[in-house]
Amino acid sequence: MDYLADGFFKGISLIFSMEEEVWTAVFTTLRLSALSMLVTLALGVPFGFLLGYCTFPGRKLLRVTVDTLLSIPTVVVGLFVYAFISNRGPLGQFGLLFTIPGMAIGQTILALPIVTALTASAVESMDSRLRFTLLTLGAGGKRLILSTLWETRHQILLAAVTAYGRITAEVGVSMMIGGNIKWHTRTITTAITLETGKGEFSTGIALGLLLLALSFILNWSLLFLRRRSEA
Amino acid sequence: MKLRRYLGLIVLCVLVCFTAAGAAGGAEVLRMATTTSTDNTGLLDYLAPLLLEQRGIEIQWVSVGTGKALEYGRNGDVDVVLVHDPEAEKKFVDEGSGVNRRQVMFNDFIIAGPASDPAKVKGLSVAEALKKIALSGAPFASRADKSGTHMAELRLWAAAGMPEPDREKWYIQTGQGMLDTLMIAGERKGYVFTDRGTFIKYQDARKDQADLVITVEGDASLKNQYSVMAVNPVKWSSIRYDLALKYIDWLVSPSTQQAIGDFELLGKQLFFPNAGK
Repeated sequence: MDYLADGFFKGISLIFSMEEEVWTAVFTTLRLSALSMLVTLALGVPFGFLLGYCTFPGRKLLRVTVDTLLSIPTVVVGLFVYAFISNRGPLGQFGLLFTIPGMAIGQTILALPIVTALTASAVESMDSRLRFTLLTLGAGGKRLILSTLWETRHQILLAAVTAYGRITAEVGVSMMIGGNIKWHTRTITTAITLETGKGEFSTGIALGLLLLALSFILNWSLLFLRRRSEA
Repeated sequence: MKLRRYLGLIVLCVLVCFTAAGAAGGAEVLRMATTTSTDNTGLLDYLAPLLLEQRGIEIQWVSVGTGKALEYGRNGDVDVVLVHDPEAEKKFVDEGSGVNRRQVMFNDFIIAGPASDPAKVKGLSVAEALKKIALSGAPFASRADKSGTHMAELRLWAAAGMPEPDREKWYIQTGQGMLDTLMIAGERKGYVFTDRGTFIKYQDARKDQADLVITVEGDASLKNQYSVMAVNPVKWSSIRYDLALKYIDWLVSPSTQQAIGDFELLGKQLFFPNAGK
């Protein structure tokens, strides 16, 4: 039990110690999640919109498939991506294994279903009268799409926050694709795994607190943004 | 609305810059797959700056079980492997995946168990100890993960003339790393086969709450040999074979061997260099 209290105090001192090793892991985590989120949102929001807005044959099946992918284990994604980007795999020549872009591919696969599914259901559940109102007001196709997206912005933000949570908390992809290489691909979560493996439980707890602190700052700024958009 | 759009754009730009900032390439980078024991004990962190200083090579490593490390080598994902499973290594070389295998250092395995020693194995030979543990039904925790340590444990069961335990009630297959397995053995008051380095780490981590003590040690069959191999460049053109050879040369050179011998964890020597032998 002692290591919980130890970890708590160690965590606070870690945040203020500016230890290079810790900060490299923090920056790697931030860079990785920024890259993953960028790609995820760029693909997921349009996908989700199309899935929720359009009607086409096989839409229900596609919807169920996306929902199923929500529960894909991180290690399976890691193995899957490894098979492609290993030197033996079809994308081997790009040298993506043990790099941040390689890890981002895996994390994008993890997060994409979340953003797609949540955006789709947000668009689906939107009041259909909005569409008619906009149409009667003479809104064109582009205008219609933008207005719909604007009306669902809070749900899309929620989708992004949820996806971010999945991305920063995962270990499987980061470990398998990144390899936990010190100074390069070591993220906070793989560092926690390593410290736990070394028996440094309190350092593990401390790093966990640090990760939570980062998410707290992020969510706090999002709250601020959201208030402004409502005002 | 306008201001907000700009704000979004700025955030986006910052993110992109942030992501691109780290894309700069390094000079001479060698990639190695190795086992958890060399990494968790801190040996690699101790050797890496020496290598950079003396040969100008930056080494990046992934530490996984020996089985997985060799798999990385087989798939051409690393340039060099440093592992400890002689039989698997021979197979790796014979099938043409690895070349230029050299032995580097050794340490030893031990069997740890509760101080009360329920199976009465203290001071026995390995074979007798394993037989007595199996007969007494005292818990025995195994890595069961195809790591070098696990493979060595399996060979010792065979050498003791015992069938490989699997479903027996007393045999706990953890599927986890060495330290986790030691913790489990401690919690269950059971025996466990471990390398000495991780055991020292375990004692240090648990302080005076350590549940386990060394029960069997010093047997010739408990030697744990580490070897280094380059991945075969004929199979993979992307392998940095020149760097791998330089690294192997450096690892077996007298000064590096000396440095390995000088490395201590908590005041104890952990690895015994034996490249020339």
